[in-house]
Formats: sequence, structure tokens, C-alpha cells
Amino acid sequence: MKKLFSFLFLVAVMSCGICPVFASNTPAPAPTPTLEQRVSSLEAYINNGDPSSGLKDTNGNIPTGLTTPTVGVPGPGHNAWMMASAALVLFMTLPGLFLFYGGLVRRKNILSVVAQCFALAGLVTILWVVFGYSTVFAGSGGDNIGKEDIIKGVVGSYSANAMLKDVTSAPNTNYAYWVSQNVFSMYQLMFAIITPALILGAIAERLKFSAMLLFMTLWMVIVYFPLAHMVWGVNGMMNGVWNAKASIHAIDFAGGTVVHMSSGWSALILCLILGKRQGFPREPMPPHSMVLCAIGTGMLWVGWYGFNAGSAVAADAVAANAFMTTTIATAVASFVWPMAEWRFRGKPSVLGFCSGAVAGLVVITPACGFVTAGGALVIGVFAGLIPWFFCWKVKGWFGYDDALDTFGVHAVGGTVGALLTGFLARTSANSNLKLNLADYVKDSLMQPLVWEQLKAIGVTLALAIVGTIIIAFIVKAVVGLRPSEEAESIGLDLAEHGEEGYHSEGTI
Amino acid sequence: MKKIEAIIKPFKLEEVKDALSEVGIEGMTVTEVKGFGRQKGHTEIYRGSEYTVDFLPKIKLEAVVADSRLDAAVAAIVKAAKTGKIGDGKVFVSKVDDAFRIRTEEKGDQAI
Repeated sequence: MKKLFSFLFLVAVMSCGICPVFASNTPAPAPTPTLEQRVSSLEAYINNGDPSSGLKDTNGNIPTGLTTPTVGVPGPGHNAWMMASAALVLFMTLPGLFLFYGGLVRRKNILSVVAQCFALAGLVTILWVVFGYSTVFAGSGGDNIGKEDIIKGVVGSYSANAMLKDVTSAPNTNYAYWVSQNVFSMYQLMFAIITPALILGAIAERLKFSAMLLFMTLWMVIVYFPLAHMVWGVNGMMNGVWNAKASIHAIDFAGGTVVHMSSGWSALILCLILGKRQGFPREPMPPHSMVLCAIGTGMLWVGWYGFNAGSAVAADAVAANAFMTTTIATAVASFVWPMAEWRFRGKPSVLGFCSGAVAGLVVITPACGFVTAGGALVIGVFAGLIPWFFCWKVKGWFGYDDALDTFGVHAVGGTVGALLTGFLARTSANSNLKLNLADYVKDSLMQPLVWEQLKAIGVTLALAIVGTIIIAFIVKAVVGLRPSEEAESIGLDLAEHGEEGYHSEGTI
Repeated sequence: MKKIEAIIKPFKLEEVKDALSEVGIEGMTVTEVKGFGRQKGHTEIYRGSEYTVDFLPKIKLEAVVADSRLDAAVAAIVKAAKTGKIGDGKVFVSKVDDAFRIRTEEKGDQAI
């Protein structure tokens, strides 16, 4: 330890000796910040604020060259939380989602679900690096566009941050004052990975692997990237919280519209175009392992803290509130769903507990950073009942083969969540709602925000449905959608991947 | 020499095994099987889907016994496996022509 200190001392002395040499070469010395300014920069770290706001003169400009050591650098606490959150969100897909979905398919198709989830992790990462991140998040905060330039409100720049150019460890202050932009971009990548993976539930056991890859590539470009930009991009047309000139003043904290509505509604359309599984509904197709499904559900719940609380893009008060509301809504919904089953079907099932938990997580997602504990409780009850009713009754009425209920849980849940967010968003839960939404969030049930949320739901529905129809027919024409009847009947594991999930014991 | 094939409820296996030992039956073979008789299957519900499972898990116990022990053995099985409810199972008896013990090459009743 002593050696370390003496070494550091030596380095300090040397750098002090070198600094004046360089300084003397520069023509005009940069202005030095006052102690007050340096402290105010540091305080901004604690409050997740702008570290340079204390440097502005009376006209609101920062004198040329004036800075403090805490401007333009990531804050360790916020950065640590976001790296942990990014890992948690990846954990939701690998292995959370593939166990949740994998347990629900028949044993001959478990590996196809695993393969599809892994493939999406790789495919989406490539798209994200090449231009995806740029199309979602590039755009300057200074020239909020909104109505004036609708294109920029719909997609970001294809080139500004292509190949993650300029995406360094320094924060991108359009999105977070204290989180490295490379961490932010990886965090958002995890959302881009899990969203298409959710679609897999509706089309499980009967979509060709090559068709899946082509469909998802086009879907990311045509549906996800634009939608994510509209809702979360700094000049996005539906970014009500941060874009004062947004065309639609909607709010979506962690992805009710972007993630769950987009994937859920697209899943319904794709499963209708794809058709039913061979033998559905005549042959029994029960889950091959409710144990795997339950394990996956637990992982989804844990990972979702990164998804929801992490969406504050800081370890701040908003994240803390989101952590609490996520817990409340999920716990309530995971209890209400099986209780409804018990009352109306006779027995509370494990799949009911699991489905309720996921539905609770889905419905609280757009709301978690904006509602109070009471709001979360209400959301939990609705989340336990409405998706349950869709899976129990509505699916049977229409007879579509939404194999693992992506529509019933994610589309219905996401839509209910987006709407309930409109009713239940409160400035006491998140003071950022006062910034640009003072006219919309009135802290009352029928506040004008509800109408804005309905508009956002409409745009999301239109984009997801029209986009998916077009993409599905392109894919059908190019590579075809379904595997051969024989491949489907022996199972996609063996037919498409040449492997089996389980080898029975005692075979000779 | 007779072969007894008993289809019983899985949770009754231990009692049946003990009852057979008491009447001097020293060997048996047990297999996990699935099937149905008058009991039929049960219903499983997964969200909106309801499936009827026809085949229920049962245990098939096989033992070959000397003619002199047959009645005692069958009585022991019936007594131990009975719950009085539907699905208790059945016992089948058939003739066996001969038997051989591989290690000692004994035959017939000596081999069982």
C-alpha cells in the first residue's frame, strides 16, 4: 500500500511539473471554474442533473473553455447500475425467455426456441451496430423537430452514429448526463434483442429458421427502429416527456408501445398469416415442461428490474420508484390470475402464476416510472384479469393459434398498460412530467394525457400491423414461411438444427 | 408354474411388495406403465386449452410363482392394492411352461 501511495505521489509530482509546460504554450489560458462551480457539477451527479448548468453566465451561455473535472465524464454509480441493468435485460432473453417459451412448447421443439433466441441476439446486435442505434437515438437535442419535420420525428439518422461512430465512454447528454454512451447503446440493444424474441411465442413450432431470420431483419428496420425513435428518440414525434415539440404528447417509460404492443400485435398478424400448427386444435399440445417455464418466469421477473428501473438511465429517484411499482404490479398480477382461474376453472395453475407475473410485468412497463404505489396496485389487478380473459376465452372464440399467447399477454397487456399509464401518471411519482407535459398531466383520472396515449396506441397498432403484413408476404415470396409437413411433424429441433433437446434414458 | 401380472396404483407398490414377501414370493419385476380401464383419464388445463389425458400412470408387477403359492400370492396382491375406489387395477394369471436360473442352470420350480 505504501508503495502504491508513493508511486501515485510521484506521478502527481511529475504531471504537475509537465502541466505548466503545456499550459505556457497555449495562447489564452482556459478560465478556471470556481469552487462553487465545481461543487455544483458534483452535486449534479447526486441529483442526476446537468453538470454544466452551474457554469452558465447570466445569458445562459457557458464561457468558452470553462469546464470542471466532472463535465463530460460518466458518473460511477449511474454507470454501474446501467451496466448491471443491461446484463439483467439480456438475462431476460438468454435464458429467461427461452426457458419460459421453451417449457411451453412440445419437447421436439425446445431447441428451436433456444436457437431462435440466440440467433436474434447475434442478428440484432449486428443491425444495431451497423445503423440501428443511429436510426433510433441519433439526433440533436437542440433542434427538436416534431411537426415541422415529420421524417426526423419518425427515424433518426442512418449515418450519424453508424458503426457506433462517436459512441464512447463519454455520456450522450441527450439521454443521460452521467451514463457512458457505449453503456447506454448496449443497454438499449438488449431491448432491441428481446422485442423480436417475444414474437417467437406466437409462431412457435412452425416457422422456418431462415424465414425467422429474414422476417426479423426486416421487422427491426421497418417496425422497431422507427417506433423506438418515435417514442424514445430525443426528437421523436411521440416522446412526450423530453420533446416539447412532439406531435403526440404520449409517455412510455420502458416500452409498453415500443416493446410489448409492437411485438404482440405483430405476433398476432404473423401467426394468422402463418396458419395453425399441424393438428391444432385436434391434437393435444400441452407444455412439455412446466418446470422450465416457471424457472424462465422467475428469471424474467428478476431481469425486468433492469428493464424497468434501468429505463430511468440513472440510479436516481425515478428508478427507485420504478423498482417499487414493478414489484407491486407483478406480485399482484401473479396472484390475481391464478385466483381467477381458481374461481372460474376450479384450480389455480402454475402456468396461471407464471402468466400473471409476466402480464403484470408487461402492463406496468410503460407506467413504472410515472405511477405511484397505489397506481401500481390498480395496474396489477387489471394485468391479472384482462390478459387472463383473453387467453381463456377470446382466443377460443376466434380460434387463432397464438401458440404461447404472445398476443394475449404482450399485445393485450401492452395496450392496457399504455392506456392505464394515461389515467394513472402522476407528477408526485415523477417530477419530469411537469417539464413538457404540464398541459396533459393534471393528476386526475381523466387527464388529457389519456387522449395522447390513445393516439400513440393507434400509431403503434398501424405501424405494427401494416408493417408485419408487408414483411410477412415478402418473406413468404422469398424463402417461404413454413417448414415441410414432415419437418414440422418430426419437430424443428431435429429437422432444422440436427439436435434433440432430450435423449431418453435406456435406449439401446 | 404361473405368471402373475398385476396392474396397480403406483402408491400401492410398497404395500404389495411387502405382502408378497410375507407369503414367500422372493422375486418380482416392476415396470412403470400407462393405461386406462373404467377409470378413464383426467383433464389438464393450460390457459385456454383443455387436454384430456387418457393414459394414467400405473405400475405393472410381474412375478412367476409355483402353482401351490398362486392363491396366496393373488390374495396378498388384491388385499394390499385395494382402496375400494375406481382405478385399483387388475391381476392377470397365465401358464408358464418352464423357467431356468442362469447362474446355476436349475430348472422348473427350482429356478423361481
